[in-house]
Amino acid sequence: MSTKPQAAQTEVAKDDSMLKQKTMMAGHYERLTSAKETGAKTCSTFVPGNLNELIMCFDLLNNLPEVNAIQAGLRKKSGLYVMESEKLGHSEDVCTYVKSDIGMMAKGNLAPNGKALPDPDVLMLSYTGCFTFMKWFELLREQYKCPTIMLHTPYEGDGKITANMRDYMVKQLKEEVIPTLEEVSGVKFDIDRLREYLKKSALAEDDLVHVLQSAKNKPSPIDAYFGGIYYIGPIFGAFRGTDDAIDYYRTLREEVDARVAAGAGPVTPDGDMGPEKYRLIVEGPPNYTSFRDFWKMFYDEGAVVVASSYTKVGGVYDLGFRHDPDNPLESLADYCLGVYTNRNLPQRVEMLADYVEEYEADGLLINSIKSCNSFSAGQLLIMREVERRTGKPAAFIETDLVDPRYFSPANVKNRLESYFQMVDQKRASATASGVAA
Amino acid sequence: MKCFIGIDLGSTTTKAVLMDGNQHILGRGITNSRSNYDTASRVAKQEAVVDTRMTLCRRGLAGAAGLEDGLDDFLGELERSFRLEQFLDQLGDLEATCKTQITGDRFAGVEKEVDAALVAIFDELRDTAPALFAPGAKRKSDFFRDIAGAHYLQVAEKVAKEAGLPYELLLNVYDKSIIDVENRPPSEDLTGKFVDALVRVLAATSGDGRDAGDIEQRVKDALAIELEETFVVGTGYGRVTLPFSKEHIRSEILCHGLGAHMMYPKTRTVLDIGGQDTKGIQVDASGIVENFQMNDRCAAGCGRYLGYIADEMNMGLHELGPMAMKSTRSVRINSTCTVFAGAELRDRLALGENREDILAGLHRAIILRAMSIISRSGGITDQFTFTGGVAKNEAAVRELKKLVQENYGDVTINIDPDSIYTGALGAATFAHRAVEDGAAREGVQA
Ligand code: SF4
Repeated sequence: MSTKPQAAQTEVAKDDSMLKQKTMMAGHYERLTSAKETGAKTCSTFVPGNLNELIMCFDLLNNLPEVNAIQAGLRKKSGLYVMESEKLGHSEDVCTYVKSDIGMMAKGNLAPNGKALPDPDVLMLSYTGCFTFMKWFELLREQYKCPTIMLHTPYEGDGKITANMRDYMVKQLKEEVIPTLEEVSGVKFDIDRLREYLKKSALAEDDLVHVLQSAKNKPSPIDAYFGGIYYIGPIFGAFRGTDDAIDYYRTLREEVDARVAAGAGPVTPDGDMGPEKYRLIVEGPPNYTSFRDFWKMFYDEGAVVVASSYTKVGGVYDLGFRHDPDNPLESLADYCLGVYTNRNLPQRVEMLADYVEEYEADGLLINSIKSCNSFSAGQLLIMREVERRTGKPAAFIETDLVDPRYFSPANVKNRLESYFQMVDQKRASATASGVAA
Repeated sequence: MKCFIGIDLGSTTTKAVLMDGNQHILGRGITNSRSNYDTASRVAKQEAVVDTRMTLCRRGLAGAAGLEDGLDDFLGELERSFRLEQFLDQLGDLEATCKTQITGDRFAGVEKEVDAALVAIFDELRDTAPALFAPGAKRKSDFFRDIAGAHYLQVAEKVAKEAGLPYELLLNVYDKSIIDVENRPPSEDLTGKFVDALVRVLAATSGDGRDAGDIEQRVKDALAIELEETFVVGTGYGRVTLPFSKEHIRSEILCHGLGAHMMYPKTRTVLDIGGQDTKGIQVDASGIVENFQMNDRCAAGCGRYLGYIADEMNMGLHELGPMAMKSTRSVRINSTCTVFAGAELRDRLALGENREDILAGLHRAIILRAMSIISRSGGITDQFTFTGGVAKNEAAVRELKKLVQENYGDVTINIDPDSIYTGALGAATFAHRAVEDGAAREGVQA
């Protein structure tokens, strides 16, 4: 058994933004875990299609089971939780976010601060793309016996949002979601309050996009996958629409701009990354239980991720979407409709192929998640199509979200190394034929 | 002469290929990687050098008087004789090492007897050694550990009985020594051994119109050619343990792709089923990998699986294929999972299915899994090359041919008898390219 204390590992060099985020997250979990004492009510919901601004309108605290599972993964607790829920009868192949969450409930539902999370007062299921959400919330409903709101988001099957779809969602918001939230919270809905929050969201979103697109620089000042996961934390979680989020993204933007000005690359857990050798686009969620080891396999080789689809699961802002205070409910509908998980295959292909071009990447890497059916279906097709369109090499690795048993370092490393060398070969043959021409 | 060397450190064997500046393979070497990758790569390399010397001797002796028709036989003799020299050399090392073990309480009072017993054992081993390397002699293995070990144990039993010593004592001495000997790189004096071997062969054989002096000179000339180790590339599972810098290491996926291309330039799809993993690789017209897929963390369907089945059935790994070939109908086995396969196997046996048919079903299950990996990597286009240890298993090949035909129609299927060297060949080619590309780049700059 490893007895190596956490603190002995090198910590990610802490920028102001990181420290700020840490404080924000700690505060958030503190608010959640002291809800019983403060009398605050809570609402559990999901990251894709997260209606934080609306939830805030009712003074509800936003609790995100996926984020709790990720936190458990990063803290190496999820393995135990996953096994616990398998003991309870959940199959080995089920999304491990779900199993980590269920196992965590069974083990006292402790937040990262060690205190118990409150039972939710309402479950709000904004259903985008992944069917597992529904089953997950059925299980939670069974457990907590609280009202469950189902906001159905039509799948973007044809690749566009029609007026019909938007109307349908606005109708649900007006007739189902808002009345139930009013009832649960005892707070009357105030659309101006919502507008105010949406205004703030848009500000933070501008800065987030600026940060993500800074990766177009060479070298890229950020890693838009491993680092990107930290960047999306506040906005995909419980902070969209808050002043905290505005501050956070402003600070982050300034830090990133400074790195660009200095010609610096990303910061990694081992300090500044060496020379940038490979620029990659990554599709699929990361592995959280071996997050650092996984990241290290990249930066050790000089590989930086310049864009990823995962940082769009909670909103595809870089393609132009912003929350709009002038059309509050419509903009919430558009937001849900447009998140990455709700997009069809051609849209995903196009987005990834465009990223390869726009960010001048060397190719596409797909991390296929063993237990995520939603992301995994069609990934090989995506890979082939992006390869065909861009002429750049692609590769496929397989890991899992928060199940430590499904991360095989030797296997992943083997494939990554082969991929990097494949990129080298492609480059060499491109220069060779360039010389010959 | 400039030489380029590729070393493939596999989980069970380590292979080396040595090529010249024109990308001609001069020699191949193989050894087991049981204990220490460092030694394994040195031994494999030395074996490739030995093989290279044989190639050079062949070239040098072409046209020598009196050898016109008998060159193959003569070279065969020379190699066997060389192997004998090598064997005796290692035997000497083993004896000396064994003798250093006679210390401590266990041997108190019987030191002399054990020493004498060892002398007796090794004398006998030396006496019987030439027979092991006689023409047509059958050996279970070519590895020193296997040959020497088996004989030692046999002889020791007899000697122990005669000397009234506990057999365990002699066994213990051997056990403690063999790993050391195995991990010691064999002496580098190849030329000396070749010359001794040649002298023995010339003395023992005769030929019409043969000029011993001329032959000796030609062999010595061949041995005198300097083999300049220009660039070495390592690949395979053990590659990271090598004290090589990054540019001397390539992943085995790329090496298998390029190696297969070198063997069959028209290859577009490669299937490699090794001990630990299965890979489907697509290569372009110049051997560059375009895409690949491999099994995930579960090693089901790889060579290991067959090993497991063999254990389960109490058979040798190499016996599985031939037995499966005897089957007339294949039983459907659903599980390629190593954990479940054993249960399924026992289940089938209990149901009265015969072993041949069950084995045929198992081979099919493995190949079915491989087919899925291939199709995920982009399917099969003409030509298709099958490499890796399982390519030697005829039952697996039979199933593969059937399934390829069913799914992709008539495509050429290549299986090289030297396919075990595919990865090492790819690595050697990378070594060659590294230098060539470097030279080309310098040329451009100049
Ligand atoms: S999208 Fe995948 S990871 Fe997310 S909830 Fe659905 S199955 Fe789980």
